[in-house]
Amino acid sequence: GVSKPCVHSLSTLLDTPTLSVHLVDVKSETTAHLLLHSLCWSSSSCKVLLHFVNQSGMKTSVSAMEGESLLEVVINKNLQIDGFGACEGTLACSTCHLIFEDGVYEKMEPMADEEMDMLDLAYGLTKLSRLGCQVTVERWMDGMTVRVPQEVKDRREKPEAEI
Amino acid sequence: LLLCSVMKRVPRDRTLFVSSLARRLSSASGPGPKVCIVGGGPAGFYTAQHLLKARDDMVVDVYERLPVPFGLVRFGVAPDHPEVKNVINTFTQTAQHERCYFYGNVNVGTDVSVEELRKAYHAVVLSYGAEANRSMRVSGEGLAGVFSARDFVGWYNGLPSNKELQPHLNCETVVILGQGNVALDVARILLSPLDLLKKTDITQHALDTLAASRVRRVLIVGRRGPLQIACTIKEVREMINLPDTAADMLPADFESISEALKDLPRPRKRLTELMMKTVKTESGQHKANKSWGFRFLRSPLEVLPGPDGKRVAGIRLAVNKLEGSGEDAKAVPTGQTEDLECGMVISSIGYKSLPIDPCVPFDPRSAIVPNNMGRVKDTAGLYCSGWVKRGPTGVIATTMNDSFDTARMLLKDMDSGMLNLSVNKPGGQEITALLKERGVRAVSFPEWEKINLEEVRRGTAVGKPREKFLDVKDMLAVAWS
Repeated sequence: GVSKPCVHSLSTLLDTPTLSVHLVDVKSETTAHLLLHSLCWSSSSCKVLLHFVNQSGMKTSVSAMEGESLLEVVINKNLQIDGFGACEGTLACSTCHLIFEDGVYEKMEPMADEEMDMLDLAYGLTKLSRLGCQVTVERWMDGMTVRVPQEVKDRREKPEAEI
Repeated sequence: LLLCSVMKRVPRDRTLFVSSLARRLSSASGPGPKVCIVGGGPAGFYTAQHLLKARDDMVVDVYERLPVPFGLVRFGVAPDHPEVKNVINTFTQTAQHERCYFYGNVNVGTDVSVEELRKAYHAVVLSYGAEANRSMRVSGEGLAGVFSARDFVGWYNGLPSNKELQPHLNCETVVILGQGNVALDVARILLSPLDLLKKTDITQHALDTLAASRVRRVLIVGRRGPLQIACTIKEVREMINLPDTAADMLPADFESISEALKDLPRPRKRLTELMMKTVKTESGQHKANKSWGFRFLRSPLEVLPGPDGKRVAGIRLAVNKLEGSGEDAKAVPTGQTEDLECGMVISSIGYKSLPIDPCVPFDPRSAIVPNNMGRVKDTAGLYCSGWVKRGPTGVIATTMNDSFDTARMLLKDMDSGMLNLSVNKPGGQEITALLKERGVRAVSFPEWEKINLEEVRRGTAVGKPREKFLDVKDMLAVAWS
């Protein structure tokens, strides 16, 4: 017998195009969980669970691959954030602006000047903001929540003063 | 526990796109809403993108005056900023959408009127941007050697109408009025090593002119002070990092700035600190071959001619003081003036939109189409997005959000019945017939792609991403070959 939540989390964890799965009849749930985790941890890249809260407050959970940038996660998982990543990860805009949790932000690799230069133009900049294209998914981020700011904008829009 | 087998997933970026003619024709003549967009730049494409995504019965036609799309992404973004042009990929996807049609080489206003478009479509969106420039309105502005940044940028970026600009770079000093990112782009192109520029898509004639350039010093002049400067830190950093080029700032301009630093928001603070750092490091330094610098609290009064009376030899500036502080500080003349010697003046004080058609309201003071959140005032079924709606400021991402806003407004009006979708509209079929009668032939998106391929091929031969065509007739010859 297998519980519904178990099957659901299985399909989330296993949605990778390259992994093939065989029918296995396992009697106990515990064994199934152990089997699953060993499959995951023994593979060369691990799945990391991430939660994205979009502009309207809706939360979507995805399993990302260690080593992907958050911009790649948004694209690969088709997260439907309007206008995200306009410059395709080349530090030429600030539309991949994301807001992190306190405890997560301080553990991240510090920002290079080039990232801060562009981030500083982001609308709704906070002390916990980063550009998604510069943040790489790591195992310790498992379970973190990332927020998309209210409006994906760029500060270089203030009108020039009248002559 | 049964683990089910997982199907090999279709890669997400493969478009399930049926390009058969029959399918395209059926949606083009079908009962769904038909929207016309005037202008094939970022505003036009982002508006189209949002509309197409929102309704699967929506057909969007994009009209563009030139045979080539993308507007300022092609003609405005500096050649050494290729990453900024990555948005072309998403615009290309939009144009290739089965319910999107691109009509290049069609001049709305002369080849077809806005009124005719409004009759043929459920809604028309004006996204034609700002093709003119703000004038300094000083005497001497018409002298040889005085250019608008809009024309200078158009010249090095291959805009056909600027092909004959022929700026002479045989002077030592260039003065640029305005301190926005466009001013810094111009300064950077004037001072960049040719080795770097020749690997970009800058036009060949610009490269030839720059190769013969004697320009060694560029001064970028603004009406207000360092704390009001409009450019952003990335562009200032690029100036500082220019090889063999020193920063030439006046320490006096930064004297009273230090105290204000601590209260500034981070972006303004970092930019100001970066400028102040150049003052400190450059004083009494080794002499570089070239220099660039900001000059603050100066407004143009008169462009001064040389002995022949025809060419610029200098510029007279009013000395200002600031009233108020922060972003809203105002420049007030003190009555003093200052003259700067120079052989070229480039005014980078803003682009400007022009009216397109007598039936479209236009506010000459603000030079925009009067609108309420994208709905053109007093004109049902007419919308606007981008610079023609908001004024010519902001970057591509700003225009993107603005275009999404207009698209949302339009969709709302469709849902509420304010736009009457119960009437079928002929859309592109009617306009194409009209154009044919008038001897106007449009360039389709696949035909642009032929131009594109040829530009890339020519560029590859000389180590550049592309070699742009400078003549409309050459573009058309390739498109229709």
